[in-house]
Amino acid sequence: MFEATARDHRNQRVQTSIRLGFLSMTLLLAAPVLIVLGALVYKGMPIISLDFLLGDPTHGMTQGGIFPALVGTVCIVVVALIASVPAGVAAAVYLSEYAPENWLTRAINLGILNLAGVPSIVHALFGVGAFVLFFGFGTSILAASLTLAVMTLPVVIVATKESLQAVPMAFREACWNMGATRWQTIRTVVLPNAVSGILTGVILEVSRTAGETAPIMFTGAAFFLPFLPQSVYDQTMAMSLHLFVISTQVPDVPEALPYGVALVLIGIVLVMNSISIAFRIWLRNRKKW
Amino acid sequence: MAELAIRTEQLSLWYGTFQALFDVDFDVKKGIVTSLIGPSGCGKSTLLRSVNRIVERGGTVKTTGRIEVLGQDIHAPNVELVQLRKSVGMVFQRPNPLPLTIRDNVLFSTRLHRDRLSRAEQDEIVEKALSTVLLWDAVKDRLDHPARVLSLEEQQKLCIARLLPIQPAVLLMDEPCSALDPTGTEAVEELIWTLRGDYTILIVTHNMAQARRASDECAFMLMGKLVEHTPTDQMFVTPKHQETADYIEGRYG
Ligand SMILES: Nc1ncnc2c1ncn2[C@@H]1O[C@H](COP(=O)(O)OP(=O)(O)OP(=O)(O)O)[C@@H](O)[C@H]1O
Ligand SMILES: [Mg+2]
Repeated sequence: MFEATARDHRNQRVQTSIRLGFLSMTLLLAAPVLIVLGALVYKGMPIISLDFLLGDPTHGMTQGGIFPALVGTVCIVVVALIASVPAGVAAAVYLSEYAPENWLTRAINLGILNLAGVPSIVHALFGVGAFVLFFGFGTSILAASLTLAVMTLPVVIVATKESLQAVPMAFREACWNMGATRWQTIRTVVLPNAVSGILTGVILEVSRTAGETAPIMFTGAAFFLPFLPQSVYDQTMAMSLHLFVISTQVPDVPEALPYGVALVLIGIVLVMNSISIAFRIWLRNRKKW
Repeated sequence: MAELAIRTEQLSLWYGTFQALFDVDFDVKKGIVTSLIGPSGCGKSTLLRSVNRIVERGGTVKTTGRIEVLGQDIHAPNVELVQLRKSVGMVFQRPNPLPLTIRDNVLFSTRLHRDRLSRAEQDEIVEKALSTVLLWDAVKDRLDHPARVLSLEEQQKLCIARLLPIQPAVLLMDEPCSALDPTGTEAVEELIWTLRGDYTILIVTHNMAQARRASDECAFMLMGKLVEHTPTDQMFVTPKHQETADYIEGRYG
């Protein structure tokens, strides 16, 4: 009784091959990431030391450290976050909680999606026109960060909107029925429950911002500037541009150097991501439901 | 005639072009339990949700006619929705405690409408509200637990308790027991009966036995119209309309 029929065998074979197919796709996609990371660690690790991290580049950028670029990247990312997160979250809250469903809202939503698809070089030119020239910030950290902020705003808005919409409608109805205003509802119930989703958007943004080269190379990042920036109106070196320069523009760079820079760049992203993941876990544990 | 808590006159309501209520004249007397019965989709929830104007949130809703709560026309221009909803509380079919602690759930409405309270005042409010809904003994040792750890029955009681601190006059309940098991249903029904007198309660139910057991008056709706509204005993013994008789004998869905 209950023996497999020919049909069961056939179904089983199909099931097995489909499963193997999907598995190999997954491996195929994971492989490049692992290979790249492996190569970076293997070739870049030997050069990494405290002196490398905290020293200035010397000998026409073929020796020495990367400290100015490291500091520059952190500054650019932090200023970009300060500019884009409050604006993005506010816009998302408006779109998801206040905006009536009409053609204007639909147009704005469409615009945001399209903004996410604009190539970064276009953002770079926009940044030059708007922040460097029109607002007169010059090539500076401020101009570079604002350019990046505009570029990553859609990510923050979309992630925030999605996490707001994941908060059950029943919570809002409960609040409204007790006479809560929309803002009271948002502040006490909606936002606290959407925070971890919003943070995910921020994590994504950080990863992108730290690695972008095109938008900052015309707006605030310098080829070689072995001083730390004094204010947001200064230019600065940045990791991504530095990597580009030593890989393609400077002769006689020792092989390990670019790998080391790339490894540190990935390290920065990882550290920033870990901080926000830790924050998320902390929030989740504090959650009272 | 007894004083009225809710009175509608010629109330009609459209969702877009779809008319959900037709000239409803409905009087709900103060301090008693009135149950609202009728087949699915006949507009019971719509009528209920009109009373605290939460129905308007849908956007394309149009209302004509008049609704009075405690004698006040609720569509009058000087009516503040916040104040209206403060005195007309609502309980939903699925218990929807907020994602907060039990204590914070009870204090939520107070915090919306009052400035700072001392710890002692808060404790008093929490104990009073939870005692009123017969929940205090069960939860007094775990007030700081999240509300979702409670059973559905307890959650529904909590949802009633959180309305009480702001002293609503009317409690609207939309099938408050239909997510509960029979024991829970009985407990919540009992609770509703103890709240009678202090509050005016309008309760939608699909459960004939419940309407019969736990209400003073009963109203029957069909296809957006109010067909019959009489004392409960009378409706279940000698209904005036054929449709009512058919419905309570289970000849509609
Ligand atoms: N937001 C809405 N937009 C359009 N039509 C709606 C909306 N809400 C309800 N309706 C329609 O209005 C009618 C009455 O709905 P209502 O929810 O008041 O019925 P009900 O008597 O509560 O039914 P049930 O017993 O199933 O809860 C239904 O035909 C429903 O499809
Ligand atoms: Mg209903």
